[in-house]
Amino acid sequence: MKGYLGVDVGSVSTNIVFIDEQGDVKETIYLRTCGQPIVTVQKGLKELAQRLPENTVVRGVGTTGSGRHLAGVVIGADTIKNEITTHAVAASYLVPGVQTILEIGGQDSKIIILRNNVVSDFAMNTVCAAGTGSFLDQQASRLNIAIEDFGPISLKAKAPVRIAGRCAVFAESDMIHKQQMGCALPDILAGLCEALVRNYLNNVGKGKEILEPVVFQGGVAANVGMKKAFEDAIGVSVQIPPYFNVMGAVGAAVLAKDAVKKSVPTRFKGFAVADINYHASSFECSGCANCCEVVEINENEETIARWGDRCGKWSNALAKKEKIS
Amino acid sequence: MKVTFPHMGHMWICLKAMLQYLGVEVVVPPSCSKKTLTLGTKHAPEFACMPLKLNLGNFMEAYELGADTIIMAGGCGPCRFGYYAYSENEILKDLKYNFNLIVLEPPEKHFSEFLIKIKQITGNRSWYQVIKGIRFGFLKAKAVDEIERLSFKIRPRELVAGSTDMAFQQALAEIDRAKTPQELIINIEQAKNIMSSIEIDQIKPVLKVGIVGEIYTLLEPFSNQNIERLLGKLGVEVDRSIYLSEWINDHLFMGLIKKMSNREETCRAARPFLNHFVGGHGEETIGSTVLYSEKGYDGVIQLLPFTCMPEIVAQSILPKVSEKLGIAVMTLIVDEQSGEAGLLTRLEAFVDLIAQKKKQKEALA
Ligand code: SF4
Repeated sequence: MKGYLGVDVGSVSTNIVFIDEQGDVKETIYLRTCGQPIVTVQKGLKELAQRLPENTVVRGVGTTGSGRHLAGVVIGADTIKNEITTHAVAASYLVPGVQTILEIGGQDSKIIILRNNVVSDFAMNTVCAAGTGSFLDQQASRLNIAIEDFGPISLKAKAPVRIAGRCAVFAESDMIHKQQMGCALPDILAGLCEALVRNYLNNVGKGKEILEPVVFQGGVAANVGMKKAFEDAIGVSVQIPPYFNVMGAVGAAVLAKDAVKKSVPTRFKGFAVADINYHASSFECSGCANCCEVVEINENEETIARWGDRCGKWSNALAKKEKIS
Repeated sequence: MKVTFPHMGHMWICLKAMLQYLGVEVVVPPSCSKKTLTLGTKHAPEFACMPLKLNLGNFMEAYELGADTIIMAGGCGPCRFGYYAYSENEILKDLKYNFNLIVLEPPEKHFSEFLIKIKQITGNRSWYQVIKGIRFGFLKAKAVDEIERLSFKIRPRELVAGSTDMAFQQALAEIDRAKTPQELIINIEQAKNIMSSIEIDQIKPVLKVGIVGEIYTLLEPFSNQNIERLLGKLGVEVDRSIYLSEWINDHLFMGLIKKMSNREETCRAARPFLNHFVGGHGEETIGSTVLYSEKGYDGVIQLLPFTCMPEIVAQSILPKVSEKLGIAVMTLIVDEQSGEAGLLTRLEAFVDLIAQKKKQKEALA
């Protein structure tokens, strides 16, 4: 089998997908990043290699997510793209004609507007992360319910309680007050979903025209309570695509397929990457008062990448060798 | 008297030139850095905007270097900036820093009000000398702006990564070095030579983005996380809606020097969307966006410090401007954050978006 790899290294999860020549998703892997992106990527690749048939040929690799540059140098990526672009690519690939993408992930939430299959506008949460997956996770664990149960319980609500959704701190203390007043759990959970959707539409979706088909993706899309709250708020039905929680990786794989189209050989270093000894180290630069924390990625003994410097002193020194975008 | 002032981009070069020319001893605070911000945030009210925090940090660092007098701009109108000089001074007093404070209020009627303020600092210099000093400072501001504009053009086309950054620093040092207007002429030539020695790709297609918004965040690269450099590296030629020399001409010289792009013209362009003063640079933000769209720019990025009122007003109007004129606009709010990943993601996505739009437009044409 021949195909393409998409790797999405986010702050919360690391996802890897494999698509074949026809572009069908064959394998998906979802792992917790746990603050160790390199190790997690290596682990994921190892697992993937075991799942794929032995004669599999990887013809191209794309990375995305906040760890895209790191993952890109470690595994040898043909394309490194931001998560907004890859999410848009994946959504319009899986749901042709999509015009609006609502995306809520661990740390960030975003809205992407497409017209005629091209991204025409987007926005990301600016200064606050109240309406994101991490906040929902936190509240679920505070209420002692599994995040998987969150949605189904909230659907049982009879009269959702109004929760202040402006910011995570307000929402949490408001919820505590409502709990103490004796409000039912389903009503509180449904109220929280409504508050988060309000927050999202006011802060992220602000002023954007939401046209159908509307797609809801990202980890939070698993929560049926959030889907219902969205539909109630915008008054149109919302679709959840297959692979909704690994869309970044799907998009990266599709882009990788494009990138190697002109028969450029892939830069992929092979599944053996899983066994190479990478280590990241960091040092504080003393060049000026910024005291930048410079991160270095070493492959065996050789430094292959550096970043974190504000002035470019360290990253530029290596960047001369090759420029990938 | 040892005079200091807050950092705002490369303003220090021209202020230092003016004051030293007039025989005033100057302490330039260290460039804005994490340390500056840490000092500032420790002592400023939490809800104040980042410019205040950085100013405060600058003054504290300058005090360590022996400064005893602060020159600070004042302001008027709906924006709270007008109070900054005074609140900063009160905070410093509480911390037992003994500073003299001189506030340069924007002249209400005539340039002469500004002259009188400068003369307070320089004591018994003649009017003629004072005017010559101001002119020298202004010439430096113009020179710095010119060099910076060159760097905006060159950076997206550079062949060796980082070469523009290096040359730009050298060129600025050249301009800073000049002690007299005569010397400056030679040093400007030298600075331009340094810039033109950077190897570039002449035919590389680049995208063009205009940066608009609150003046401090526009001018101080530390506060905007070096957005111009980041964009340049992504292959974008940037322009900025406000340059220091233009601001000086508009606000301190009251438009005395003609032929420079000015506030009135920009505000006129804003008229269909916003037709009265909202404080700060709110009107300019809208007007500049209109002008960039007319000049065929591919996109506009608005920058503002968190809680900045005039820019929030502008932010709420920009979607309409964007829709009407068909130009992509993105707003970035800055505060104390120093992580680059989030900013870079947004910039890359924005660049992708305008690149696609451009392609579509060209395919239609
Ligand atoms: S306009 Fe800008 S500088 Fe003035 S108060 Fe607002 S944020 Fe601060």
